[in-house]
Amino acid sequence: MRRTSLLFAAACFAVAFCAAPAARAADTVKIGILWPLTGNAAAAGQASKAAIEVALDIINNAHPELGNLPLAATAGLPNLGGAKLDVVFVDHEGNPSTAQQLATRLITQDKVDMLMGAYQSSCSFTATAVAERYGIPFMVGESSALNITTRGFKWTFRATPIATDYARTYMRFFADMKKAGKKIGAIAIVNENTDYGTSVGDAIVAEAKAADVPVAIRIPYSASSTDVSAQVLQLKQAQPDVVIFISYTADAILYTKTMKSLDYKPPMVIGDDTGFSDPSFVPAVSDIAQGVMNRSAWAIGKPGSTTSKINDMYKAKTGRDLDDTSARNMQSFFALADAINRAGSKEPEKVRDALTKTDLKPDQLMMGYQGVKFDETGQNVLASTYLIQLHGKQYELVWPQAAATGTLQWPMSGAAQ
Amino acid sequence: MVALQVIVGGLLLGAIYALFSSGLTLIWGMMNFINFAHGEFVMLGMYVAFLVVVWAGGGPAAFGLAAAIALFALGVVVYLSLIRHVIRGPMLAQILSTFGLALLLRYTAFWIFSANFVSLPQNSLAGTLNLGGIFLPVAQLVGGAVAIVLTLSLHLLLTRTSVGSKLLAVSEDRAAAMLMGIRPDRMQMLAWGLSAGAAGIAGALMATAYPWSPSVGETFGLIAFVVVALGGFGSVLGSLYAGLIIGLIQAMSAFWLGAIYKDIVVYGLFVALLWLRPQGLMGKA
Repeated sequence: MRRTSLLFAAACFAVAFCAAPAARAADTVKIGILWPLTGNAAAAGQASKAAIEVALDIINNAHPELGNLPLAATAGLPNLGGAKLDVVFVDHEGNPSTAQQLATRLITQDKVDMLMGAYQSSCSFTATAVAERYGIPFMVGESSALNITTRGFKWTFRATPIATDYARTYMRFFADMKKAGKKIGAIAIVNENTDYGTSVGDAIVAEAKAADVPVAIRIPYSASSTDVSAQVLQLKQAQPDVVIFISYTADAILYTKTMKSLDYKPPMVIGDDTGFSDPSFVPAVSDIAQGVMNRSAWAIGKPGSTTSKINDMYKAKTGRDLDDTSARNMQSFFALADAINRAGSKEPEKVRDALTKTDLKPDQLMMGYQGVKFDETGQNVLASTYLIQLHGKQYELVWPQAAATGTLQWPMSGAAQ
Repeated sequence: MVALQVIVGGLLLGAIYALFSSGLTLIWGMMNFINFAHGEFVMLGMYVAFLVVVWAGGGPAAFGLAAAIALFALGVVVYLSLIRHVIRGPMLAQILSTFGLALLLRYTAFWIFSANFVSLPQNSLAGTLNLGGIFLPVAQLVGGAVAIVLTLSLHLLLTRTSVGSKLLAVSEDRAAAMLMGIRPDRMQMLAWGLSAGAAGIAGALMATAYPWSPSVGETFGLIAFVVVALGGFGSVLGSLYAGLIIGLIQAMSAFWLGAIYKDIVVYGLFVALLWLRPQGLMGKA
């Protein structure tokens, strides 16, 4: 008798526990987002978190002023009866194994319906593997290492351009420069040595080989270095015409300062986004980094445009302009939300199907991509990027010529005029 | 010429390592106490310098001094409110207390200063000296010089003055020191103040050359432990030599072998040396 009542009590508990979240979750779709909110890359994680909060406002409330941006005009997801999106942010501190554990926790304990993340490519790499095992769609926000989408995964999607897209962009730019009579004899590649830097570095080496651009020296280094003079001296000896940095924030600033203090200025420096786009970079070194180039698929645009309005919302929240990294995360989040809405359900299988059928046109995007359309590996095949250059305290779009708002400075001047 | 530049750069870096490590070795050697929050003291020194520059427009002398005083005070407060109580507890409590303190300081800094990297605005130490093709960043030069002077004075304080003798007496035999009329509490409070103050100055000097965020203490804390272990526990002079050696080896291996190998070389030699000489370069066996 006693045993039966115990069993009964246990059953009641089980029912109560299982039923409760399901009942509550009916009116919201829960998305778990993994980012580095503390640690070396915390600034980027925090900036992206603010961007997602703006995106949530845009999706969950009516913003008819934002043109063709999907889900902006309505409050919530219309195909799910106006369901709201709910986001759970977790902090993996830039540690791949923490990212893996947190992804498991988000799925099994927080019962999220989708996942997104994870800034560092190494963290996206491990977290997507968890999503694949549990059959939960994972939107890779902006990590660009190639190998994230080359594992035959069915549940991983990535709206952002990747390493090879960037590498090709740089080579097209060099070809353009050569045509314009600039000397591009050899380039140098300086990359931090985790998945991000290594894969982008590899992609650039491969594309440079294909485009017949010699690589004078390649310098891998650890992003937590406290001193980079030796690397700068190696560059100084190799004398490349362009140095491409694939760096995180502290190291990007440190390289810029060390190059200045060791009196080394190559004709051109290209920063591969990330550290060079971090909100801390420009205030720290704008006086010695004039003419540094960077890539960005984000441009604020003319006053009154959709992008400019989004930037205003972000600025009101954080006091800063939206940066490329956060903007690409925001775009990825919109693409995911659009797929959930088209699926008309938050069932993982249906959302996955909707994601594979995604076809966003340029006028539905906030970024300078040609569109969002995923191939069978989950990679957006219409992603591309602009090149920008630091003029004063702002980056200006300088290439391709057709979209440019500023004039390209070559060679870079370094110090402020 | 390039070789000379590499060597000079390594020595300048090493001098800074020595400065922020000397405070750690003081506590370790004098009190047999491991302070895991030492890197965080350095980090706070950097932020004190930042605040002085941004709010008061102070120069290097002002922010160096301010960081030293502020951190000296913090060291005293930490001793009185935390260390004094846990020091009589089990070893584990001692270790965990400063570990907890490190996290508390780090995340308080996150809360107040946010996770963004900051760097000092243009200041009088920003330039570079060109000595016949060898470039000496003024910030690192001043930092290195001050580091060597401070480390040496700390060494003299411990070995040549009565305060130093009292500190040593307390570390050797607390009870006997008390019988001689020395107040161990006051001496240890002083040691904590000096240790944190040295970390504060080191932080202020490094702030002129490096960008940082609240998590920077992790990186510096680790280096400090290696320097102290290599130099010999409790030997301030040892940490000066060890700092210079590590800076030099790092710079040379990064230049000739590649940046990703420099830590392998440094820590490989470190392990080898401890194997042959476990007490460190200057430690007593």
